[in-house]
Amino acid sequence: MEKPYRRRDLLGIRELSAAEIKGILDTAENFREINSREIKKVPTLRGKTVINLFFENSTRTRTSFELAAKRLSADAVNISVSSSSVSKGETLVDTALNLDAMDPDCIVVRHGSAGVPHQLAKVSRAAIVNAGDGANEHPTQALLDAMTIREHKKKINGLEVAIVGDILHSRVARSNIHLLTKLGAKVRVAGPGTLVPNDFASLVESGLEVCPHAEEAIEGADVVMILRIQRERQDSAYFPTLREYAIHYGLTNERLDLARKDAIVLHPGPMNRGIEIASEVADSSRSLILDQVKYGVAVRMAVLYLATGGSMGG
Amino acid sequence: MKLLISNGHLIDPAAPENTGMNVLIEDGTVSAWLKASDGVPEGCEVFDASGLLVAPGFIDLHVHLREPGQEHKETIASGCAAAVAGGWTSVCPMPNTNPVNDNAAITRYIIEQAEHAGLANVFPIGAITKSSDGSELAEMGEMKAAGAVAVSDDGRPVPNAGIMRRAMQYAKDFDLPVIDHCEDKSLSAGGVMNEGKMSLLLGLKGMPALAEDIDAVRDIILAKDTGAHIHIAHVSTKGAVEAIRRAKNEGINVTCEVTPHHFTLTDRSVEGYDTNYKMAPPLRSDADLEAILEGIKDGTIDAIATDHAPHHHDEKALEFDRAPMGITGLETGIGLAFNELVHKGIISLERLVELCSTNPARIFKLAGRGTLTPGSIADVTLIDPDLVWTYRNADSRSKSRNSPFDGWQFTGRAVATIVAGRLVFQSERPE
Repeated sequence: MEKPYRRRDLLGIRELSAAEIKGILDTAENFREINSREIKKVPTLRGKTVINLFFENSTRTRTSFELAAKRLSADAVNISVSSSSVSKGETLVDTALNLDAMDPDCIVVRHGSAGVPHQLAKVSRAAIVNAGDGANEHPTQALLDAMTIREHKKKINGLEVAIVGDILHSRVARSNIHLLTKLGAKVRVAGPGTLVPNDFASLVESGLEVCPHAEEAIEGADVVMILRIQRERQDSAYFPTLREYAIHYGLTNERLDLARKDAIVLHPGPMNRGIEIASEVADSSRSLILDQVKYGVAVRMAVLYLATGGSMGG
Repeated sequence: MKLLISNGHLIDPAAPENTGMNVLIEDGTVSAWLKASDGVPEGCEVFDASGLLVAPGFIDLHVHLREPGQEHKETIASGCAAAVAGGWTSVCPMPNTNPVNDNAAITRYIIEQAEHAGLANVFPIGAITKSSDGSELAEMGEMKAAGAVAVSDDGRPVPNAGIMRRAMQYAKDFDLPVIDHCEDKSLSAGGVMNEGKMSLLLGLKGMPALAEDIDAVRDIILAKDTGAHIHIAHVSTKGAVEAIRRAKNEGINVTCEVTPHHFTLTDRSVEGYDTNYKMAPPLRSDADLEAILEGIKDGTIDAIATDHAPHHHDEKALEFDRAPMGITGLETGIGLAFNELVHKGIISLERLVELCSTNPARIFKLAGRGTLTPGSIADVTLIDPDLVWTYRNADSRSKSRNSPFDGWQFTGRAVATIVAGRLVFQSERPE
C-alpha cells in the first residue's frame, strides 16, 4: 500500500498536504493500541537504526521518540549535544555527514536554530525528522495535538481553536497553525503585541485571525491551546513582568468560561503553573495535557515507521 | 608602449559624442580618440574589440578584501584577481580588516599589497572611528594623505548621532565622503533576515526595513546640517530609496549605491535556509525590490557596488542564524546587471556605464577615472553584451565560494580588463 505521505523526511507541517497529514494521523491510530499492550513491542522496525540528535535540552520529546523507536524494535541512539556545533569546532554539515556515515535509517533532530533539519536533509542519506527547530516548526507536536483533538472532538474541520501566548517565538504555534488550517479549523491567536506581529495572519492563506486580547480568541473556542512562556523573553523586554502577563493572558477558569462548554485545553509543556495557565485549569478534566503526551508516542511511532520506509501493509 | 582599442562600441557617458571612435592608449593614459579612417599609428598594438562594448573601467565602491587579518577568506591579490575577472578595474575595500583600517599605516599597507598584486586599482576606505567602535574619530586626514578615498565604519555603523555629526563636520574639511551602512541596531539586533512574512514563516528573527530607513533619514538630516557628503551604502529598502530621492530633490549632498543581489533577489530566496542568502542588509520584499528598480531607473541610485564579502566555507556551513553575513559578488555583478537591468529594458547601456564607472568615480572623486576622454587614466572594461556564460563557484578567483549564483546563466560578461593601459584579464572567447 502507498505511503500516506510522499516524503521520507518530516521537516515541517507546512510542506505537507491535508491528505498527508491525515495519513500520518491514521497510521498513528493503528499504532496506539501497541502502547496499551502488556508487551509493548512489535518487530516492525527491527534492524533499523534511529539517531536522536538533540542540540537542545528535552526530556519529554526525546523520551517519546526513544520509546517510539524501541517499541517498534528499532535500535535507538541518543546524542545530546548541549553546546552548538560552533563551540565544538565542527560545522553542522560535518556533524551530519559523520552521523550519516554510520548508515542510520533516520535522524531525529532538535536544534535551537530554525532550518537545521532542512540543512541536514540536503546532505544526509538518512531520513530527517524534525523534533523542533528554533522558532520554525515542531511537526510531531502539532500531530499529537491533532490526534488529541480528533480523539475528543471526532473531527478538526470546522473547529474553532484559540492559541494564546508567545506566538512569535513558538514553533508549536507555527506547526499547529499550518496543520489546523490545512484540515479546515479556524485559528485565532492572541498574546502581547510584542509577541504577536500584526501581519501574522499572512502566515497562511486563510483561516487565521489575530485577536487583540486573549478573551476574543478564547470566546466560543472548541479548543484552547496555551503556549509556554519562556522566562528569558521577559529579560528581552517583550513584556514587563510575569505577573502582568499572568493577569492579562493567563488561562484562568474565568477566561476558559468564555469558550464553549465542552472546550478542551491543550498545553505543549512544560507548564509554568500560575503564569500562562492556572493550576485549577491545568488539573481540571478539560485539560488534556497528559493525553497529549500519551499520544505523542503513537504519533512518533507512525512518523518513524513512515520515515524509514514502512508501508501500511508491513 | 601604445595600444589601440579598435572596432569596439565606445560608451562614455562623460563624452557622449563618441560613435565609432577607437581609443589610443599611450603609457597608461588615453592619448587620443581616432577614427577608423585614421588607421593604426606606427608601433602600436591593436586590441580588436569587434562586437564589444568599450567602457571606462568599472569601479566597485564597496568590497571586502579581508587583508590584513582574514587571509583565509580573501587576500588583496585574490580579491583583485576576482575583480578584474569580473570587469572591475578599481575596488574600494571597506576598513573592517583586522586590525581595522583606522590609521595611515594600514591604509599604506593595503595599497602596497595591491601594487604587489598588480591587477586592479585599490582605493581603501578608512574607518570613521578608531577600531570602528563608534567612540573616537580616526585620523581621517592622515588616512586621506596615505590614499584613503572615503571613510566608513561599515557594518558597525556609528550609533551615536552626536559622533556621526562630528565625523561629518570633520570629514568635510578633508573632502572625504562619509559612507554609512544604515542600520539602527537597536531595531535589528539578533536579526538574520528581512522582517516580514517570510521571517514569520521560517521562524527566523527579522531585521526590519525601518532599521535602515531610520538610520538613512538620520544621516540625511546630519548631511543637511553639516554640508558633508553622505554616501548611503547598499540601499535595500523602499523607505531609504524614497528618503534619498527627497533629499536629492532638496539639494542635500547625498549619494547611494545598490548591490546586484538587492536588485535581483528577495527574501523568498531564504526559504531553503541556504546561508548564501544571508547578508546585511538582508534580501528584502517585492515592494522594496520594485522601489530599488525605480530608483535605478530614475537616477536616485547613483552606483552599483557588489559588497563582495567573502567568507570561508567552514564559516558559512553553519546554522542559518549562526553563519556570517555576506556573499561574494565581484564576478557576478556585471552578469546580474545585464540579466536583470539591461536585458529587461530597465536601463540603457549608457546608464549601466554611468552606474558602474562614471558615477563611482565622481562619488569618490577619483580624478582621471570614470571616463576615457583623452588625458584620462587608461582603465578600460571590455564587455561582450551577448556572451552567454554560466558562473561556477568552483571557477571563482576569490578564495571563498559563498555566492548564491552558482550555476546561474548570464548574458553579458566582461571579456577583457585593462588597468592603466595594461591588459590584466582576458577571458577565452568562444569562436
